[in-house]
Amino acid sequence: MKIFISIYKVGCLLFFIGLNPWLFAQEADSLQLQLNMDAVYNRPFLYEGSFPVAVGGYIEAHGEYFVSDGITEGVSFKIPRMTLFVSSTILDRLKFLSEIEFEEGTKEINIEFAALDFEFHPLINLRGGIIMNPIGAFNQNHDGPKWEFVDRPISATTIIPSTFSNVGFGLHGKTYQDQWVWAYEAYVTNGFDDKIITNSEGRTWLPATKENTDRFEENFNAVPLITLKTAIRHRKIGEIGLSWMGDVYNKYEEDGLMLDEKRRLDVVAIDFNSSAIKNLDIIGEWVWAFIDVPTTYSQQFGTQQQGGFIDFVYTIVKSKMLGWENAKVNLAVRLEHVDYNVGSFVETGGSIHDDVQAIVPAISFRPSSQSVIRANYRYTWQTDLLGNPAVRTAGFQIGISSYF
Amino acid sequence: MASIKIQCLIVASTGFLLNACDGVFPDAPAENELLDGPIEGLSFPEQNVFLAGDVAFNDEVFTSESGLGPLFVATSCGSCHPGDGKGHPFTTLTRFGQTSPNQSTNVPKGAPQLQNKAIPGFVPEQLPAGMPFMKFTPPAVTGLGLLAALTDEQILENADPSDSDDDGISGVPNFINPPGYFQPQWFHRQINGRFIGRFGKKAAAIDLLQQTSTAYNQDMGITSTFEPLDVATGLTIDPEVSDQTIRDVVFYLRTLKAPIQRDPEAADVIQGQRLFNEIKCGSCHLSSWTTPESDITTLSNKTFHPYTDLLLHDMGPELDDGATEGSAETYEWRTPPLWGLGLSPDSQGGEFFLMHDGRAKSIEEAILMHGGEAATSRDSFEKLSDPEKQMLLTFLKSL
Repeated sequence: MKIFISIYKVGCLLFFIGLNPWLFAQEADSLQLQLNMDAVYNRPFLYEGSFPVAVGGYIEAHGEYFVSDGITEGVSFKIPRMTLFVSSTILDRLKFLSEIEFEEGTKEINIEFAALDFEFHPLINLRGGIIMNPIGAFNQNHDGPKWEFVDRPISATTIIPSTFSNVGFGLHGKTYQDQWVWAYEAYVTNGFDDKIITNSEGRTWLPATKENTDRFEENFNAVPLITLKTAIRHRKIGEIGLSWMGDVYNKYEEDGLMLDEKRRLDVVAIDFNSSAIKNLDIIGEWVWAFIDVPTTYSQQFGTQQQGGFIDFVYTIVKSKMLGWENAKVNLAVRLEHVDYNVGSFVETGGSIHDDVQAIVPAISFRPSSQSVIRANYRYTWQTDLLGNPAVRTAGFQIGISSYF
Repeated sequence: MASIKIQCLIVASTGFLLNACDGVFPDAPAENELLDGPIEGLSFPEQNVFLAGDVAFNDEVFTSESGLGPLFVATSCGSCHPGDGKGHPFTTLTRFGQTSPNQSTNVPKGAPQLQNKAIPGFVPEQLPAGMPFMKFTPPAVTGLGLLAALTDEQILENADPSDSDDDGISGVPNFINPPGYFQPQWFHRQINGRFIGRFGKKAAAIDLLQQTSTAYNQDMGITSTFEPLDVATGLTIDPEVSDQTIRDVVFYLRTLKAPIQRDPEAADVIQGQRLFNEIKCGSCHLSSWTTPESDITTLSNKTFHPYTDLLLHDMGPELDDGATEGSAETYEWRTPPLWGLGLSPDSQGGEFFLMHDGRAKSIEEAILMHGGEAATSRDSFEKLSDPEKQMLLTFLKSL
């Protein structure tokens, strides 16, 4: 319980800092000072004359071949997502943007983002609609063409259930001084449900909450999900962000009847990116999740999860290639770790495992910054709850992705 | 300069890809290092049923929506039997209610098994105060079809209730009242309305259908047409798993391969097996059996080596938990098969949890916990020299 109180205090602190306009003086925006939170607007759009609506999107497709402990499912081709953007500047300081995603063909069709932004002051913007909860960086900055790897980071999709969107309202803003930009976001939205611990994965699994499409219609319980983020960026050094989201995830009351105790879920993340070293980009994110699981439930549902990734992307060639101006060839590597169940068994005192490690070397060719042809090798070690010998999976993925 | 870099890159990438198939993909573990996998010789239709059972056994995780609980011990078959091997104390079963052989009255509420976990909003069972109980670590499930194919006559051939050969070993069957859905096969033999149990720590299950249906019900709180009573209320509710799924799982269990011995020709293994027989471990841990004709062709006329006689033996007061099942005395336990013993740490999180409740943390510790009819063998083991003990342990780890 103490840890939840501490997290709550951190959250309040972030929120307070976020609303403190005196910390930074104002300065004009610039591309060099784009933050992860700007990713939603920092996309190529197609404008047609004075037509007030701009459209855009991106697509990702790939082929892969994996072998798991000597057994392969063979070659497989996938189109994980195709996304359409529609944006409109309704008035000078009133904008609308939507992002509709088609996953794996039409297996899932989601409105990932559909929000109105009212700017009252650079530090005070009201956002309402379907928003992407600003937890970590990847959830907001997830467009396929921006990344050198075919798969999304494991921690950013299985602890933070990217892309995680909810209906709600909130404030965001930023301010500049010299080489610095500072920003905050604070939202109140619908949130999680009890599927996070009653799912067929057999573990605490935050992505299971996305099965509840009713969350766009009503909150699962009476308690809203609060998400707070603050980030700071130096033009030459990079960006670091701190974020928190917290919610009661279970249905503790129905029709006036008390069904259970209120059970909290809190997620804390730190993200960073830097281009301080010439030709080298470093991007990383680490997340901790704390879940109040009933002690009488199975220990296979973890009360704490943690994980993250770090990407190193090194540009080895940047020149005109094959007729493309400003083409690039990048070498990259991603290191990943996720522990879905931090703790130890009551019966033996031994560590609970249920963890994954991966290393992903990659190479990419970018005809422009908006398009990428990428190939990576992925080696994954996945250990079960008990810590039995890890299942080793390795394979190659080759894919394309581009804004359009 | 750029073109040189690109050429170097292409050469390096090509070299890497040419070597890609050699070492970059993880190899399959050796067949004798794995417990899962089908017995050889299944037909295509049989492989399809095996696969369906495999999915139900290892992949299906029950949730409150799909029927889990509300009281339960585990959420899936695979969580108790990872990789089809022995389980971990985390999913240990607690059995209680019967404190003497053949007891059918005064069975306390909640018996025969404690459901010590509950879905959110429910309260798990508590063991009645002062009630004797047994804890069962989940066993490996490999090779069960071969044991299931044996005839009751074969099992009875090794029984010696009155120790007529005066060797100190007096194996007895556990006679079980069959559940209503039990359908006797040609190889079953009815004795005073009861049948011989051969599965479970006390040999309380007659066949794999009973074992499977009971496990769905008592371990996961899943009702079926075979076991229709909800463990929380004791009342009938709609079936939560289909007959077909249960039969697929039974087929899967029947057709899992038997564990394969490692290094059977190694000198230490051969010497260890000689010592194993010399100190008469093999009197109960009977090495070899041969199946009769079976409805699954590949199970027919197979000689296999489970190291069990499927009979109950007095294991002494140290292993008397005060609770029992069927006609077994509280101090009697079925001889557990030793095949796959050396692979136990691969399914028990890198450790050994042996004996019926996982109390032994090594094979040697398990041997030293043997009492009753096994006391002479245990004493003989203690008298072996250290190298001899090591050879015996090497043999057991090779199984």
